[in-house]
Amino acid sequence: MLYRENGQFKTSYAADQQIFPIAQDRWAILGLLVVAFIGVPLLVDEYLFRAILIPFLILSLAALGVNILVGFCGQITLGAGAFMAVGAYAAYNFHIRIAGLPLLFSLLMGGVTAAVVGIFFGIPSLRVRGLYLAVATLAAQFFTDWVFLRVPWFTDNASSGSVSVSNLQIMGWQIDTPVNKYLFCLAFLTVFALLAKNMTRCAVGRQWMAIRDMDVAAEVIGIRPLFAKLSAFAVSSFFVGTAGALWGFIHLASWEPAAFSVDRSFQLLFMVIIGGLGTIMGSFFGAAFIVILPIALNQFLPAFGGLFGIRISTAGVSHAELIVFGGLIIFFLIKEPHGIARLWSTGKEKLRLWPFPH
Amino acid sequence: MGFFLETLIGGLMTGMLYSLVALGFVLIFKASGVFNFAQGAMVLFAALAMARFSAWIPESLGIDSAWLANAIAFFLAGALMFAVAWLIERLVLRHLVNQEGATLLMATLGIAYVLEGVGTSVFGTDVYKIDVGMPKEPVMILEGTFEGGLLINKEDFVAALIAALLVGLLALYFQKTATGRALRAVADDHQAAQSIGIPLNRIWVIVWCVAGLVALVAGVIWGSKLGVQFSLATVALRGLPVVILGGLTSIPGAIIGGLIIGVGEKVSEVYLGPMIGGGIEIWFAYQLALLFLLFRPQGLFGEKIIDRV
Repeated sequence: MLYRENGQFKTSYAADQQIFPIAQDRWAILGLLVVAFIGVPLLVDEYLFRAILIPFLILSLAALGVNILVGFCGQITLGAGAFMAVGAYAAYNFHIRIAGLPLLFSLLMGGVTAAVVGIFFGIPSLRVRGLYLAVATLAAQFFTDWVFLRVPWFTDNASSGSVSVSNLQIMGWQIDTPVNKYLFCLAFLTVFALLAKNMTRCAVGRQWMAIRDMDVAAEVIGIRPLFAKLSAFAVSSFFVGTAGALWGFIHLASWEPAAFSVDRSFQLLFMVIIGGLGTIMGSFFGAAFIVILPIALNQFLPAFGGLFGIRISTAGVSHAELIVFGGLIIFFLIKEPHGIARLWSTGKEKLRLWPFPH
Repeated sequence: MGFFLETLIGGLMTGMLYSLVALGFVLIFKASGVFNFAQGAMVLFAALAMARFSAWIPESLGIDSAWLANAIAFFLAGALMFAVAWLIERLVLRHLVNQEGATLLMATLGIAYVLEGVGTSVFGTDVYKIDVGMPKEPVMILEGTFEGGLLINKEDFVAALIAALLVGLLALYFQKTATGRALRAVADDHQAAQSIGIPLNRIWVIVWCVAGLVALVAGVIWGSKLGVQFSLATVALRGLPVVILGGLTSIPGAIIGGLIIGVGEKVSEVYLGPMIGGGIEIWFAYQLALLFLLFRPQGLFGEKIIDRV
């Protein structure tokens, strides 16, 4: 009753092709943005920013990037952590080696560097696909792990191997409090999500999807696989690299290569698969699920055990966390292989008919 | 020369362990098209079970003979791996038939988490030692041929023998028994196999059991060499380049790929490592596999089933 497009007539192509054709969607997104930009900073305490919101925002950005590659172009990658690392370290080197370079520019250059590296490691995708490609991207992962650990130039010869940044600011605006960090990441994510959404709606996005659905057919109708695949690798790595730079600069402030290990790559792939392959919305759902689940388990498992008179030790909690995490992933894959985004769109379809489904 | 040969043999021994892990991958991939990331977790789980059982059995049953205790522990651990295989098929794979490769891959990652969690909470997180009475003392051979001779661990030789025996038994099983024939039929073509009345679900249970057994042997050898600890689960990641190199569908490929990767890692680490900073073992294997992918995508012995991209 509330959510349907009846009576919303389009009189121009521009109106017909806008991102959210239904007025209710537009208002909902606008409302969400207002809440995110104005409401949340007023209401939420610092712990929540640090532990949940900032990681959620940055990992959503990375998941968006992974989703472009895996969900839209159909190229499985297990090297997302590597591109995050490249983004972070490249941004770090731009930041410290070129005095007076604006922070924003360093972060974006991190993304650009990651894109270049991504194109390089995307070359095997022209020869192989599927699981073989996944292993090929793992090569990127282990190589960057090693490079940033062993080549001192990248870490500015830091003796401990970890690098740190401080005193971040943009045009005099200090990014030091959790609220400011949150707003900074949120602005990034908003712009990038819009970019991703539009990119998947335009020519290049359709080429990716054609390649994903059937590459031979796509080639026959005149899509260049080389361009489509490598551009997907580039754009995806750009997103992931920028997310990596944000993760290092804003969230961690001081980091070492272990922050971008192969576990991170798996985590990002989990996000897009649980969230929903080939949907922008899914990246956010997946990131929220993966970020919140361990924290929630950590909080609730001892209390849950207490209900049955079982005292779970700290080590026991971390083991149980692994079990529940793995179990939930399997459960989700079995029950909804298309991810949370599919539940969301089913819900919206239902809502359009509600309350008179016939 | 002597040093080079020692490096080479050391590499071959590591490579043999990689082969065993890769063998588990290949068996499951051939039969069910699942890329089993949980193989490393299965190795860890089996090794933990073996280590703990062999410690618990003498205590609780009062068996003095170490040999008998080890045998019972091995048997129990094997039974446990069978149970794990059955549960995995029942609870996970059965529900994921006809899903995409990536989904199945993620599901096995989920299985890996569960196995790691269960394994460490049941068996504990300490570093355990598996002592199956392998000879430890090194021997010198070929003293006449080279100056100084070659220093070789007897243990490695025994391990290599066990691995070779296992591969031989598997080959016999696959070639000569009715079940083995059914397994090969399923590996060739699921639908055709099903249409002539081979029960797919049972075949999957069997193949996961076999992979569990291979994991147990790998875990026991690895554990008696280096001790059982949590990091054993990451061995799956060391096995991946092996299967790429050897071909995802080839059992001989897994063996030979493992040996090549093992030797390549050791030799590159010893001769190339000092020049560029060391610790290059892990990515060297992957770069080797990557290079291989570019020129021969199906691997050394894999079937040429990869479509032109």
